[in-house]
Amino acid sequence: MKSYQEVFSDLRKQGRAALIPFFVIGDPDFDTSLELVKAAIDAGADVLELGIPFSDPIADGPTIQKADVRAMRGGMNTHKACQFIRQVKRHKDIPIGLLMYYNLIQQYGVERFCKDFHEAGVNSVLVADLSIDDADEILVPARAAGLDSVFMVTPNTAPQRMERIAAKTTGFVYTVSLLGVTGSREALSSAADGLVRKLKGLTQVPVCVGFGVSKPEHARTIADAGADGVIIGSRIVAMIENHLDKPQEAVREITRFLTEVKGALAAK
Amino acid sequence: MKHTGRFGEFGGYYVPEVLIPVLEELEEAFDRFSVDRGFIAELDQLNRNYAGRPTPLYHARRLSEHVGFQVYLKREDLLHGGAHKVNNTLGQGLLAKYMGKTKLIAETGAGQHGLATSMIGALLGMETKIFMGVTDVERQSVNVHKMKLCGAEVVAVEGGTGTLKDAINDALRYWTSHVSDTFYLFGTAAGPHPYPTIVKHFQSCIGREARRQCLDQIGRLPDMVVACVGGGSNAIGVFAGFLDDKDVQLIGVEAGGRGVATGKHAASLTAGRPGVLHGAKSYLLQDADGQIIDTESVSAGLDYPGVGPEHSLLKDTGRARYVPADDEDVLDTFGLLTRIEGILPALESTHALAHVVSLKGKLAPDTVVVVNLSGRGDKDVGIVEKHRPLKDPRKAE
Repeated sequence: MKSYQEVFSDLRKQGRAALIPFFVIGDPDFDTSLELVKAAIDAGADVLELGIPFSDPIADGPTIQKADVRAMRGGMNTHKACQFIRQVKRHKDIPIGLLMYYNLIQQYGVERFCKDFHEAGVNSVLVADLSIDDADEILVPARAAGLDSVFMVTPNTAPQRMERIAAKTTGFVYTVSLLGVTGSREALSSAADGLVRKLKGLTQVPVCVGFGVSKPEHARTIADAGADGVIIGSRIVAMIENHLDKPQEAVREITRFLTEVKGALAAK
Repeated sequence: MKHTGRFGEFGGYYVPEVLIPVLEELEEAFDRFSVDRGFIAELDQLNRNYAGRPTPLYHARRLSEHVGFQVYLKREDLLHGGAHKVNNTLGQGLLAKYMGKTKLIAETGAGQHGLATSMIGALLGMETKIFMGVTDVERQSVNVHKMKLCGAEVVAVEGGTGTLKDAINDALRYWTSHVSDTFYLFGTAAGPHPYPTIVKHFQSCIGREARRQCLDQIGRLPDMVVACVGGGSNAIGVFAGFLDDKDVQLIGVEAGGRGVATGKHAASLTAGRPGVLHGAKSYLLQDADGQIIDTESVSAGLDYPGVGPEHSLLKDTGRARYVPADDEDVLDTFGLLTRIEGILPALESTHALAHVVSLKGKLAPDTVVVVNLSGRGDKDVGIVEKHRPLKDPRKAE
């Protein structure tokens, strides 16, 4: 199984930042979602960030909330998400990070969750509503299962806390570029650049940036600031929402968009 | 954070990282101002002269005759705004002011907390935004109007089922992008630390007064204290006065809706299991995967799939007992109290009364039961009329 370390060190050698698209697993249904994720891999995704839908996603803006509702209506649940990941890994072995809410893991059983999802091919779990202060509840079983840990840093995180977060991180630091929830923004947050530079001074682990990253030029700016990866969620999920009656159109649009972002990340 | 915010295994602060510094700031401010003499004096003045504290403890003689034991009502329904909610909004609103915040946001279900926040926003001259599920906006239009009259902006939340939990989700989301100048005035003793502790602190005046009034009026402590539980703020407020009095039974009454067996209810402690929602570990109504399920109750104020974490601990330790009351019994009890005492209870509080009425004939005549009458029922007259229509006076002959 491909590790984050392998992928990020390869990319560092190439002087390129990772392209990390985000999808809600099962949006709008299992088969379409699988096809979309495969298309994103074929368009050049280096790492995947996948969400298991939750009824009350407090860190997400309206675009991802609606995707969660679609996926749940389409029958997605934690067990099926595990099957989904197995099928993605059969298509291509690239690292997969889960981004999700704590209650789903609690109810599945923390140890069993870490074991089952690692076996399915997941590299890390980022729990949106679990901070480093309580992270030991999941870190011990996660490490035992072989999972990497990913935590968030936000523009209002104090420097000392940033260091503590970086110390607990083994996969990559998920850098939230703005104060707020997920969602496309016209302009990239001005906080992103400074935050990346600060983090790079604190830690050797890769630094990836998400939230409000919605255009190829945003990705380029983030890469220029020294980030190791760019996470794009709501912009892609909105393309699914816009073509619910014609999923093939969503496949084409997402492929086109990710190819463009990939190009922007490659250009020096 | 300085404290873990735990009640046994329950509570904590399960929130996105962006909210951690904001909750830390809140915790620090609460630790500081809750013991600050100036803050305490100003809050005390407002509690007395603006809200109307202390509230009476009333021996409901006709209700006592009806059930066969002694029922005392803690009259929180007489407070400004018509419910216990103002105890908390005054406290937190003042805290916001002392912290230098200029804007208030709050969630609301039935509209009582939204209204109590809007009043305080007006009183303190702070810009106020209330998040309310679109379903609740429709069924509680009078409260929406009152909030607007107080100058608040009411945001109708479309997501989810358009009820209280969705309003909390959106208030939390809004807060994450407006953390610097905005204070989230949380309405119940749930949510992430330090809210359960803060809300209990500001609501505990209910229990403190009730205990003293029992000693003054009856010469002894009550045998039983009963309160309704949605999020659980009025219950934890009245329980707080008696937690150390081991002989006083504490009973929380949840929304049984159409009956716990039907699955259409909001009885998290009776029928739920522990999980994490809205920043805390507590009993929750959820499906096998952990998705939060829809709740149902005739009373919008109890229509919530979670409960404050301290109640979860009190349930597990057995210090308090939690029982459901069904909609039908609640509606009957509303009619009873109105007819024999001339008091219109809020449907939320009527749950506590319905449980007391169900004990009719089962307790010794000298048993003393204190019921927290947490709110008045003017807002519910339309709902009651729908379910229990009065006979048309022209045909009554």
